[in-house]
Amino acid sequence: MKDLDFLTSTPSRQIDYEKFDTRLLDSVLENETSFLTCMSCGGCTATCSAGNLTNFNVRKIGLMLRRGEIDQLSVEIEKCMFCGKCTLVCPRDINIRNVVLLIKKGIALLKTENILS
Amino acid sequence: MMNKPRHIAVIGGGIAGMETASRLAQAGYKITLIEKERITGGHLTQWSHLFPDSSDPAIVVSRLSSALSHQNIKVITSTEITDISKNGQYFNLKSGSEMSLNADAIVVTSGFHLFDASRKEEYGYGLFDNVLTSADLELMMKNEKPIRTASGKKPRRIAIIHCVGSRDAKAGNTYCSKVCCITGIKQAIELNKRLPECEIFCFYMDLRLYGSSFDGLYLTAQQKHKVQFIRGRLSEAAEKPDKSLQIKAEDTLSGRPLRMDVDMIILLVGMEPGISHNNFSRNGSVQLDENGFLKCKDVHAARNLTTQTGIFMAGTCICPMSVSETLENARSAALEVINYFERKM
Repeated sequence: MKDLDFLTSTPSRQIDYEKFDTRLLDSVLENETSFLTCMSCGGCTATCSAGNLTNFNVRKIGLMLRRGEIDQLSVEIEKCMFCGKCTLVCPRDINIRNVVLLIKKGIALLKTENILS
Repeated sequence: MMNKPRHIAVIGGGIAGMETASRLAQAGYKITLIEKERITGGHLTQWSHLFPDSSDPAIVVSRLSSALSHQNIKVITSTEITDISKNGQYFNLKSGSEMSLNADAIVVTSGFHLFDASRKEEYGYGLFDNVLTSADLELMMKNEKPIRTASGKKPRRIAIIHCVGSRDAKAGNTYCSKVCCITGIKQAIELNKRLPECEIFCFYMDLRLYGSSFDGLYLTAQQKHKVQFIRGRLSEAAEKPDKSLQIKAEDTLSGRPLRMDVDMIILLVGMEPGISHNNFSRNGSVQLDENGFLKCKDVHAARNLTTQTGIFMAGTCICPMSVSETLENARSAALEVINYFERKM
């Protein structure tokens, strides 16, 4: 049976919609509805100051938020430098800088409530 | 069918106006076609190839021009209508104080104007020598000029940028101009025919190839012409000391920022409502839709009817359209005008 260990030791790669944690997404959308209109063009990532120096991807921040991947999000979000260039180029006029700020606030709140380690 | 021939004013001598005028003339109506430029034919007189068959737009224009020499049609060029008013049964059209005419009905075929690419400052149009628009490239090919950089070199790599001034809240246009994607693919093929050694990249957000033969052209571009497609919106272009350009986008499919050096950039500029729409809508008689194009009375049942009875419309004053759609739309407008008068009898 040892040969089949990989089946249980690695988490499934499948995106399980039923396991989405939408708490953070809901709190962002409450304050920044423009986030809904993202069409994943990547303009933000192309111009991102942090993304050109590190593996930070600001477009994927939005994707993680939608998918409820809060643990990963809380690590990635720290890489943003708040320069705001993403907001300048966004063709949907999303206030991306504010979205990042709201994510940070939301994560801080979850941490104080000891929901997130 | 009628005692006195009805008189219809057609405003705009592009292909929509030409087709509407000739169809109505054939049906027995008297037409005055008014064009603000010196010649009829509109934007097509500046264009080199039509998608999807790569045919010469001059064929379309010359067919329509000869149809205009009908005895029922009077063409007035270099004249822009500045005012329309309703005077009893008639519409009165004025061009400043120089011209005034009465008509029983009006067909507006005032078309579009191209997005001014210099408004997207970060793309460098008008600032950098080797940034062109799709219209510049068409004119270059129409005049049979070889495709060269500003310093006369053969470009080795060209980037074609989709959605310039379209689907862009920052440019004030949230709608899709619809024909640019296929135009980009057609131009990529034409470039490859002229510069077989040049690499061609299309930067797109979504490829909107809505026509039945458009995907076939996409396949041809990939198979025969080695055109490459990168899914990502251009964020900025910068000019290097040798006048080549560095562009930045995200390669969204690999999820990483991408940098590329190119010798030339082609910006696929979209369609904006013709400026002259303001002349028709100023007094509130004709309404505009959310994108600034002329609003139709019913999007399904009455596409050629404006919000004012007796004023019809055809072509790209309604929304962005291809050449074949514009011509079909013009014929349907002619039919609506005929129905309108026959019901009045």
